[in-house]
Amino acid sequence: MKGTKVQFISKNFIRMILLLIAVSIVTFTLVSISPIDPLSANVGQAALGSMSQEQKEKLEEYWGVNESPVQRYLNWAGDFVRGDMGVSLLYRQPVTKVIAVKLSNSLFLMAIAWAISGVLGFMLGVLSGAFRGTWLDKLIQGYSLLIASTPVFWLALLLLLIFAVWMKLLPIGLSVPIGVEASGVTFFDRVQHAILPAITLSITGVSNITLHTREKMIDVMESDYMLFAQARGESRWSMIRRHGLRNIILPALTLQFASISEIIGGSVLVEQVFSYPGLGQAAVAAGTGSDVPLLLGITLVTAAMVFLGNFIANILYGVVDPRMRKGGTVS
Amino acid sequence: MSCQEKHHILEISNLSVSFRQYDRGTNQINLPVITNLNVSVHDGEIVAVVGSSGSGKSLLAHAILGILPYNASLAGEIYFNQELLTEERKKQVRGKEIALVPQSVNYLDPLMKVGLQVRNGDKSPGVMERMKALFRKYHLEQETENLYPFECSGGMSRRILLSTALMGNPRLIIADEPTPGMELSLAKKAMEDFRQFADEGNGVLLITHDIELALEVADRIVVFYAGTTVEEALVSDFESLEKLRHPYTKALWRAMPRNGFETIPGSQPYVKELPEGCVFGPRCPLFSEECEGEIPERVVRCGTVRCIKCEEDHSHHHHGREEAHTHAGS
Ligand SMILES: Nc1ncnc2c1ncn2[C@@H]1O[C@H](COP(=O)(O)OP(=O)(O)O)[C@@H](O)[C@H]1O
Ligand SMILES: [Mg+2]
Repeated sequence: MKGTKVQFISKNFIRMILLLIAVSIVTFTLVSISPIDPLSANVGQAALGSMSQEQKEKLEEYWGVNESPVQRYLNWAGDFVRGDMGVSLLYRQPVTKVIAVKLSNSLFLMAIAWAISGVLGFMLGVLSGAFRGTWLDKLIQGYSLLIASTPVFWLALLLLLIFAVWMKLLPIGLSVPIGVEASGVTFFDRVQHAILPAITLSITGVSNITLHTREKMIDVMESDYMLFAQARGESRWSMIRRHGLRNIILPALTLQFASISEIIGGSVLVEQVFSYPGLGQAAVAAGTGSDVPLLLGITLVTAAMVFLGNFIANILYGVVDPRMRKGGTVS
Repeated sequence: MSCQEKHHILEISNLSVSFRQYDRGTNQINLPVITNLNVSVHDGEIVAVVGSSGSGKSLLAHAILGILPYNASLAGEIYFNQELLTEERKKQVRGKEIALVPQSVNYLDPLMKVGLQVRNGDKSPGVMERMKALFRKYHLEQETENLYPFECSGGMSRRILLSTALMGNPRLIIADEPTPGMELSLAKKAMEDFRQFADEGNGVLLITHDIELALEVADRIVVFYAGTTVEEALVSDFESLEKLRHPYTKALWRAMPRNGFETIPGSQPYVKELPEGCVFGPRCPLFSEECEGEIPERVVRCGTVRCIKCEEDHSHHHHGREEAHTHAGS
């Protein structure tokens, strides 16, 4: 029993390493074949023209233009395993430091959105599925389908217009007030600036979780054990409470952790619209600016987050599901 | 029994169940799976409903309990204790006065411990004791209480399902194929318990496709074919072929090992391809043109039959259905 658990964890760990290697190679290749010339993109065509050859060579060395891509990748990978993710070309700071700052901004945002969309989506999905065909179900489903088919950036702009421009209730962008020193930024400021992006992310996240939970709940409601519960005189609420939640919680857990990737994906767009200085925005900047070390760093960190999310879901599954906990087979 | 004036616990008359289905897109069709079915259970009686798989036995059980799927519609009357069983009333009696022993072990919640399910969440000492007694009786270890359904063998799960029905104080037990997978001795024990339960003045509707089992324990046999009752007979009628009424029942009799294992060709028609008139017509040795007309249910020798070829019996007894109406009115 213990052995299988250790096996499970080490197997997943190896899989994560392989995944990260693959992701880094793919990202690296994509950036290498990208037509953007890092020099003219970051220094500027005009400035480049007025530079001396010496200066140019120095710059080229800094951006690593003349080395072969394989050599560059190996250099980077060698540093990476020693814990050095390199220096961001754009921010001129160690990548680890840039990521730490951006990630803390984003995590704040994503955690709020993840929690709200998870809890709300679960509740709405359970209700909708349990009362399938009623007006409540139609309302919830209609809302979810509407939101699911709305582009995230459009929703973000709409919220921005309503709450920041018209009603002037919330700030337009950034994660802290403009022109205030870092030490003067209060927790309240941070919350206030994160509200709109978080709401946008939550709204889109909710609809997805709701629709998936609803499907699962319908399966549960149509199961034979629900029929038997009904035959034994249990009320609808009792059935939902005693058997519904028990059986929906496992698929819901998986859903919740799988949605991490969607939250990360959504945050890229949302951060862009709200000019929220998080990981998503940094990723866009790194991509368009050919900041290879930063882009690789961000890609790997997010890939690891997604992987860890699924990994945690698997472990929780084993803890919660008696069929797995007791070593049985799931039918 | 039709010739006896006993109290009815359950009286089903002219029951029909059909499913709304969509045929090729938007064309809604009504698929009848049970038509004009009559069954009754009297005080102290075990009535066996015998029919091959797909004949509508489980649906009958679900119709009585009001747990048919949402796309099913129901016609006809069901009386329980001489009282019309409306959908509202079904909600009140199910699990209390009417208990179901479901057909398969999938009816147990896979994520809930067995004990909790048998007691239906009740933790009071009395209920606890009762469960322990039932577990002892059916050779279930006391630890079974803390197992999940996936940890129980098929036979164990059967006994667990049986225990759920015997936990309360029902007037009627509907047992939907309760014994497959059970050890013979334990299956017999279960049947003895049904007998005892019935002898206390209660009723059992035993649904099975095992006619041998039915003959051993039941008082009356109701034969199902393609969603309707073709014959209602006393167990003693199965002593000889001559006492039986319907050609299908006779075919069942001949197919029994002790009577020669003789089977008839063909199979039960699928609900979508029911023949005109008699549902057994295509397989019947006595088939003639008149069989394509309407086939009424008639009382013959204290039983009923749905066959125009069965010789008339000038019995003055009338069928239980009329009794039900007088009971319902009183
Ligand atoms: N939800 C449903 N929709 C349509 N047809 C159904 C449905 N449930 C059962 N049936 C049909 O009703 C018939 C009788 O089913 P059932 O009562 O389970 O048979 P039995 O218990 O005698 O084996 C079968 O032919 C089956 O296909
Ligand atoms: Mg059945």
